Amino acid sequence: MTDLSPSTQVPDDEPAATPVATPSASVTTPSASHDKTGAAGGKRFMRQRRKATDEGVALGEVILEVTDLKKYFPMHTSGLVHRAADPVRAVDGISFSVRKGETLGLVGESGCGKSTAGRTMLQLLPPTGGTIRYQGKDITNVQGKELRRLRTEMQMVFQDPYGSLNPRQTVGTIIAAPFRIQGITPEGGIKAEVQSLMKRVGLNPEHYNRFPHEFSGGQRQRIGIARAVALRPKLIVCDEPVSALDVSIQAQVVNLLEDLQDEFELTYVFVAHDLAVVRHISDRVAVMYLGKIMEMGSRQDLYENPLHPYTQALLSAVPIPDPRRENKRERILLTGDLPSPINPPSGCVFHTRCPRFREELSESERTRCTTEAPVIQVENGHQVACHFAGPPKVEVF
Amino acid sequence: MSRWASADPASSGALLSVRDLKVTFPTEDGLVKAVDGLTFDLRAGETIGIVGESGSGKSVTSQAIMGLHRGTRAMVEGQIVFDGRDLIKIVDEDLRRMRGRDIAMIFQDPLSALHPYYTVGNQIVEAYRVHNDVTKAAARTHVIEMLDRVGIPNPQKRVDQYPHEFSGGMRQRAMIAMALVNSPRLIIADEPTTALDVTVQAQILNLLVDLQKEFGSAIIIITHDLGVVAELADSIMVMFAGKAVEGGEAEEIFYEAMHPYTWGLLQSMPRIDSEKKERLVPIAGNPPSLINPPPGCAFHPRCAFRDDARLGCSSVIPEFDISTEHPARCLIPEGERRAISQAKTKTRTA
Ligand SMILES: Nc1ncnc2c1ncn2[C@@H]1O[C@H](COP(=O)(O)OP(=O)(O)OP(=O)(O)O)[C@@H](O)[C@H]1O
Ligand SMILES: Nc1ncnc2c1ncn2[C@@H]1O[C@H](COP(=O)(O)OP(=O)(O)OP(=O)(O)O)[C@@H](O)[C@H]1O
Ligand code: SF4
Ligand SMILES: [Mg+2]
Ligand SMILES: [Mg+2]
Repeated sequence: MTDLSPSTQVPDDEPAATPVATPSASVTTPSASHDKTGAAGGKRFMRQRRKATDEGVALGEVILEVTDLKKYFPMHTSGLVHRAADPVRAVDGISFSVRKGETLGLVGESGCGKSTAGRTMLQLLPPTGGTIRYQGKDITNVQGKELRRLRTEMQMVFQDPYGSLNPRQTVGTIIAAPFRIQGITPEGGIKAEVQSLMKRVGLNPEHYNRFPHEFSGGQRQRIGIARAVALRPKLIVCDEPVSALDVSIQAQVVNLLEDLQDEFELTYVFVAHDLAVVRHISDRVAVMYLGKIMEMGSRQDLYENPLHPYTQALLSAVPIPDPRRENKRERILLTGDLPSPINPPSGCVFHTRCPRFREELSESERTRCTTEAPVIQVENGHQVACHFAGPPKVEVF
Repeated sequence: MSRWASADPASSGALLSVRDLKVTFPTEDGLVKAVDGLTFDLRAGETIGIVGESGSGKSVTSQAIMGLHRGTRAMVEGQIVFDGRDLIKIVDEDLRRMRGRDIAMIFQDPLSALHPYYTVGNQIVEAYRVHNDVTKAAARTHVIEMLDRVGIPNPQKRVDQYPHEFSGGMRQRAMIAMALVNSPRLIIADEPTTALDVTVQAQILNLLVDLQKEFGSAIIIITHDLGVVAELADSIMVMFAGKAVEGGEAEEIFYEAMHPYTWGLLQSMPRIDSEKKERLVPIAGNPPSLINPPPGCAFHPRCAFRDDARLGCSSVIPEFDISTEHPARCLIPEGERRAISQAKTKTRTA
């Protein structure tokens, strides 16, 4: 277990200490100025891993394997006759695996099932179908003591730094909660451990007795992160961890998450709708639509060679902070609204909004889209669920 | 005469001239200087983007232009000259007549503009008839056209539905239809797409651009998303702690930024269109207090270029010279800043 004593840990994300350019050296060199030697072992391991995944080499054992996972929410009809209505198919048969030390990005529009997938894979919600294997062991439907033990290894960071912290508890109590729930007393006592955690995530340990409302949004998110890493989990599902934060604060938290990953060899499932942040932080990315995975591949596959019409439309929709480029771009626009996950469209669930279906296909090809659900095709680990997968007609960026 | 402020608002030819606008809120802890001396011009058909971190005063500025601080404890000073009349001075009734007809606002949350108990159609019909002497039937026809115009499918049927029967993107469109039903000359859009998915955002931004072309409206777009301003804005004002810290043409702000805060903003975001795995460069620290703002340059506690000995960052308040086309509130000599800016732009766009 990594040593967390204050003497060896420098909260390098402490706002005031964030390295920045100096006027004399007008170009910033963030990586150089940020190389810290304190946690060099983990860092070097991860740097190598990053490089290796860039070259397409699979590394690390599979830590989490999800097969045909389904989560339906029952709906109840109002009226006299009590019968179950069709359920919300929030997650409708997704399969993927995550390797130790990597970050899997999970993207897609609001309501596509990202959060539900994240919660279900952590057993925070019971799955409707499918299996979840953690370190080779089937953990679908585990309960009681075993589930509690699992909680020490899998954690979650939530989007809303306000709503996910109890306003009546002090920061010290909040971060110490995992120890109390598990009945664990860390070496040196809970308080010392919590303060060292606070320091590690860039909070002032003297603020141990303060309440959440006394902190800014970015600081509150650090509290949530400190709580999530308290028990040194192996896997963390981060559900929109930076979406509620101002851009400049976002960068601080993204950097903190990356540092903690390197230091503790964490595996992340990173749920977000911000496709730029996901490109920055993920090794692999899965794109969801109406509870299903449309496309999944390495960061490079997905952003440089998107093959699914939905991924292409998503990427094309993001405005680029570069007016000269932006003015030259041609958008791939989607029409219509997101269909209901209660009655998803037949065949390919995307066909009602698909630009390729609308503009490029013949009548008989369209029939295939409306009647036959696409099977996932895999090429070099790049998976696409589309009958007519292929590069877009116009560049996405 | 610069784009930021012509000498005399009355004869400037600008549709909107804001002069030394200040909005102060008295609170238990003291006076919150939410907007502290803003000056800019906006011409018909043009779009200005206002960007800046959370709490920098963007929304308070737009609320002041709409006259929404009237009747509250907020103190509004300065001039807001629209079409020759100072909106701070005119009587409530005149302002009410202009609101919705000449100036319309699009909010982040459409539910704050749409009433849950009335059909979408009735609300827009009302908004239209307040300013136009037409029959209900004629107004309804016009509203259905408007709903169609903003891309609401099946408008004949949708017009009689309630807001809760609309999806998020459709509600936003309905609010835009309501804002545009009287062809306003000024549209203020405060984070109009922040709550929407990117694919819907792309549709709505396209719509705004098309409608602007059609109606010739001026737009103030407030957003924290630099991509959105890159797409829409002709000029950009960057705010920090209630003040403009930099203003210029959109291309100037993106490629020749002259303020350390703007540099930080441009640098802190990951780019979706390039494969760079380097660390992000955050802007250090947290937003300053607006009750006791830092002395000197309000950005100095967070500024990477701060130099008290040479420049006096913590004691001298830098000027915002609105007589120039591209003012920036910073004490570093301009030549030095230009060199830094060029180097940064080069790395960023490499
Ligand atoms: N407890 C619940 N009961 C019923 N339906 C639910 C429940 N939780 C989620 N849903 C529905 O399941 C679908 C997926 O929701 P989910 O929150 O997983 O989406 P998401 O991708 O995380 O969206 P967002 O980006 O808005 O957070 C939605 O249609 C949602 O309304
Ligand atoms: N009615 C009020 N009373 C007191 N303070 C207020 C009031 N309204 C706004 N403020 C303060 O004024 C400052 C500017 O707020 P404003 O809403 O303009 O920020 P903003 O730039 O729009 O931020 P965001 O990006 O978060 O929307 C904030 O510090 C805010 O707390
Ligand atoms: S299967 Fe057909 S409808 Fe679905 S994404 Fe591919 S082309 Fe479009
Ligand atoms: Mg979610
Ligand atoms: Mg605002």
